[in-house]
Amino acid sequence: MEPKPLTMWEQMQLQGYSRRHFVQLCGWLAAAAGIEYSALGKVVYALETKARPPVVWYHFQECTCCSESFIRSSHPLVADIVLDRISLDYSETLQAAAGHQAEAALHNTLTKYKGQYLMVVEGSVPTAAEGAYCCIAGRSAMDIVQEGAEGAKAIIAWGSCASNGCVQAASPNPTSATPMHELLHGKPLINVPGCPPIGEVMAGVIVHLLTFDRLPELTDTGRPKAFYSRRVHDTCYRRPNFDAGLFAESFDDENARRGYCLYKLGCRGPVTYNACGVTKWNEGTSFPIQSGHPCIGCSEAGFWDNSPFYRQLPSFPGFGIESTADRVGAIAAIATGVGVGIHAVATGVRDARTRKADEANKGGE
Amino acid sequence: MATRVVVDPITRIEGHLRIEAEIKDGRIVDAYSSGTMVRGLEIILKGRDPRDAWAFTERACGVCTTVHALASVRTVENALGITVPPNAELVRNLMFAAQYMQDHVVHFYHLHALDWVDVVSALKADPKGTSEIARSISRWPKSSPKYFQDVQNRIKAFVASGQLGIFANAYWGHKAYKLPPEVNLLGVAHYLEALDWQREIVKVHAIFGGKNPHPNYLVGGVPCAINTEEVNAINIERLAEVGTLLDQAQTFVEQVYLPDLLAVASFYKDWGAIGGGLENYLAYGDLPTNGYGDPGRFKFQRGIVLGRNLNEVVPIDATDPGQIQEFISHSWYEYSDGDQAGKHPWVGETKLNYTGPKPPYEHLEVEQKYSWLKTPRWKGQPMEVGPLARMLVAYAAGNAEVREEVGAALKQLQVPVGALFSTLGRTAARGLETRLVARWAKEFYGQLLTNIKNGDSRTFDNAHWDPSTWPAEAKGVGLSEAPRGALAHWIVIKDGKIDNYQLVVPSTWNASPRDPKGQRSAYEAALLGTPVANPEQPVEILRTIHSFDPCIACAVHLYDESGSYRHQLDVF
Repeated sequence: MEPKPLTMWEQMQLQGYSRRHFVQLCGWLAAAAGIEYSALGKVVYALETKARPPVVWYHFQECTCCSESFIRSSHPLVADIVLDRISLDYSETLQAAAGHQAEAALHNTLTKYKGQYLMVVEGSVPTAAEGAYCCIAGRSAMDIVQEGAEGAKAIIAWGSCASNGCVQAASPNPTSATPMHELLHGKPLINVPGCPPIGEVMAGVIVHLLTFDRLPELTDTGRPKAFYSRRVHDTCYRRPNFDAGLFAESFDDENARRGYCLYKLGCRGPVTYNACGVTKWNEGTSFPIQSGHPCIGCSEAGFWDNSPFYRQLPSFPGFGIESTADRVGAIAAIATGVGVGIHAVATGVRDARTRKADEANKGGE
Repeated sequence: MATRVVVDPITRIEGHLRIEAEIKDGRIVDAYSSGTMVRGLEIILKGRDPRDAWAFTERACGVCTTVHALASVRTVENALGITVPPNAELVRNLMFAAQYMQDHVVHFYHLHALDWVDVVSALKADPKGTSEIARSISRWPKSSPKYFQDVQNRIKAFVASGQLGIFANAYWGHKAYKLPPEVNLLGVAHYLEALDWQREIVKVHAIFGGKNPHPNYLVGGVPCAINTEEVNAINIERLAEVGTLLDQAQTFVEQVYLPDLLAVASFYKDWGAIGGGLENYLAYGDLPTNGYGDPGRFKFQRGIVLGRNLNEVVPIDATDPGQIQEFISHSWYEYSDGDQAGKHPWVGETKLNYTGPKPPYEHLEVEQKYSWLKTPRWKGQPMEVGPLARMLVAYAAGNAEVREEVGAALKQLQVPVGALFSTLGRTAARGLETRLVARWAKEFYGQLLTNIKNGDSRTFDNAHWDPSTWPAEAKGVGLSEAPRGALAHWIVIKDGKIDNYQLVVPSTWNASPRDPKGQRSAYEAALLGTPVANPEQPVEILRTIHSFDPCIACAVHLYDESGSYRHQLDVF
């Protein structure tokens, strides 16, 4: 008979952790998942009573940046997730076994935990050439992904590859790279886009599922609201420069050196929903705009074809509209050109005033 | 009687790779390496803005993130005649160095170590013994018996849970594992520490490039502006963080990675005579100290070592149509002038043409086409690329620092120079160059501060940013050294757009199928002669393949001569 898996609290006791440490850890996990303090009791209960949920992690057409981002998570730490919180039963990047032994580990979990395991997918699946553009163990990704989905409790599509096809789906999409939501139906599916997604966002999604045993609330494109309901533009610390009409005209010009808005250099922040402006990257160290490069919109479907990247967006939709890239394009064409125009006029007064102030400062140097 | 072994998927790598090998009398007598996934990036790049190419090509790999972006911006700059400001070169060097340190440490502990370190054996270790060993080889402070006891307890609890996760079904207890339990415990403890540490050094990428993985690059310089009087730019706070990160990284590399590497190597000296393979080594060189245009002053030298002759470095010209060529006689592509031709990347073609077995399949048609990788050759000859090639070319070129590092390591391990040409040599070279890069990074950092102090804060050259300044037609090539070896991109620009773009990446050199003459590339050659004690558990294949740090997607299965699969054993 299989030994009963230990709960996380039992495991921590074995490792010599005190109850106080345990509750503290629950607090960190809760914070990582964006859970309110009042719900902390639920987190404690969940980790006291649950064995580690089995997770199978597939790689198809991808570059492994999602796995790399995942191991960058600082809260929780990835070692804590992999050793103490989940049972990562299949991961081509990290698992010790290879070849037949790896495949056996996978199939053991698919059978033994049917209906209970979490399936996470990194990469798109090519459907052209009868699946020959991506094969693992002699089987096509098309077959493998359907087999995994059949017994999955829920599916996470990691990154833009699995969520929207990403770079290999850019025109002309030579291999018919296809995202999960177009292939898998009838199962709970969470899209966590980005190239890659932020490490703490990935960890946060897992901890949310683990703690509450249900999906986080999703946007109309299937992304967790907690991380993908605000435009980068609306959470950008350089937004006041945009409102004031203060723009970098070239990289490394005087305005770029002052950290002015990168909109004229092609910033996609106005049409991109992601947590970069708030959660930031690598334990809050920075995010693309803070380090001087425009957002390229890597969490949006079709962003590779919304290029050249350094061409200024012609216009963009108004506030708080959640939309697909197609809708954004359509709305942008008719409605918001007007909005931006008005916005520019309204901010023009402030613009002149700020510039004057800046000039005064310069004179004093 | 020969036994055929297939390993698919090869795990602990980037991508999808499959190895088929033939074993006779306990040794590999033939091997085939196949990349089993394709995305068609070169096709997708056609017609796009050359200034965007770095972002597309960076997504070739998320493990060695940044390296394709660097090669790409150099390619476009080469085509358009752009020279980047010194600070941009220094920032690129710092990002390069951070990538090497993170990537090599992760390779050693998380992708390679489990081929040498037996996790289950660590449960039997005496933590006091581990502590004594740790203190005898390093001053790293986390070395008390209690510390190792805690790590062991953690792993014991993990195993007791009955859910073995990433450690399930592996080759634990295989007789090829030679480390005493105490050293295995040291390896496991540092596996966990390295996992925690690796997310720190990449903050250098976040500071200069906004994020990691996949930081931002820029044709003409770097996107981050420097302004010592501004909170919204690279200022002294940001620079100080970089300095701290570099110090901490150097400490980790010198006090954890290198002592562990040499300690583990001392138990596996027999692998200094296994896995040598090819006898030619190619490196483009990198880390400019006087600009990318002056390769004579790169930290890593450029050139080729032929026939393991360490007395001569043969020059490379990447623009010469007769030197670097790609072949597809065993790859699932077609060329307009026939599949036996070799093509220089400026006239390279990428047309997918799958002719292999329809999936699901049991084995590939290795006499025909059997991989999605093309086969690059230099003047028709196969080349090994990677840390060993870099160290050998630098050694042959008379690089004093490299000679000192290599000499000291050979002396400490008490092995001859010939031991370099091996699986062990490849793994050791990776560690030795990491120590050098950690040291050089601090030089670059010092120079950057000096430049800024002297009033130069430029990070970008605007002169050729606007496509109206470009010629109607231009060609360029950009060379770099990815952690896994020589990396180059070639571009043809017409009317402001990409007309052709070709990448020849390190794993294409190393993992490619045979060429039209039947010559093996590096993986296939290195596997010849590798001992395999038990074909059901081919940990030895993983050792040699992992010593190259593959960056593709591979898969390996076991089947006997008749083509039927062998059953796998439950190992744990």
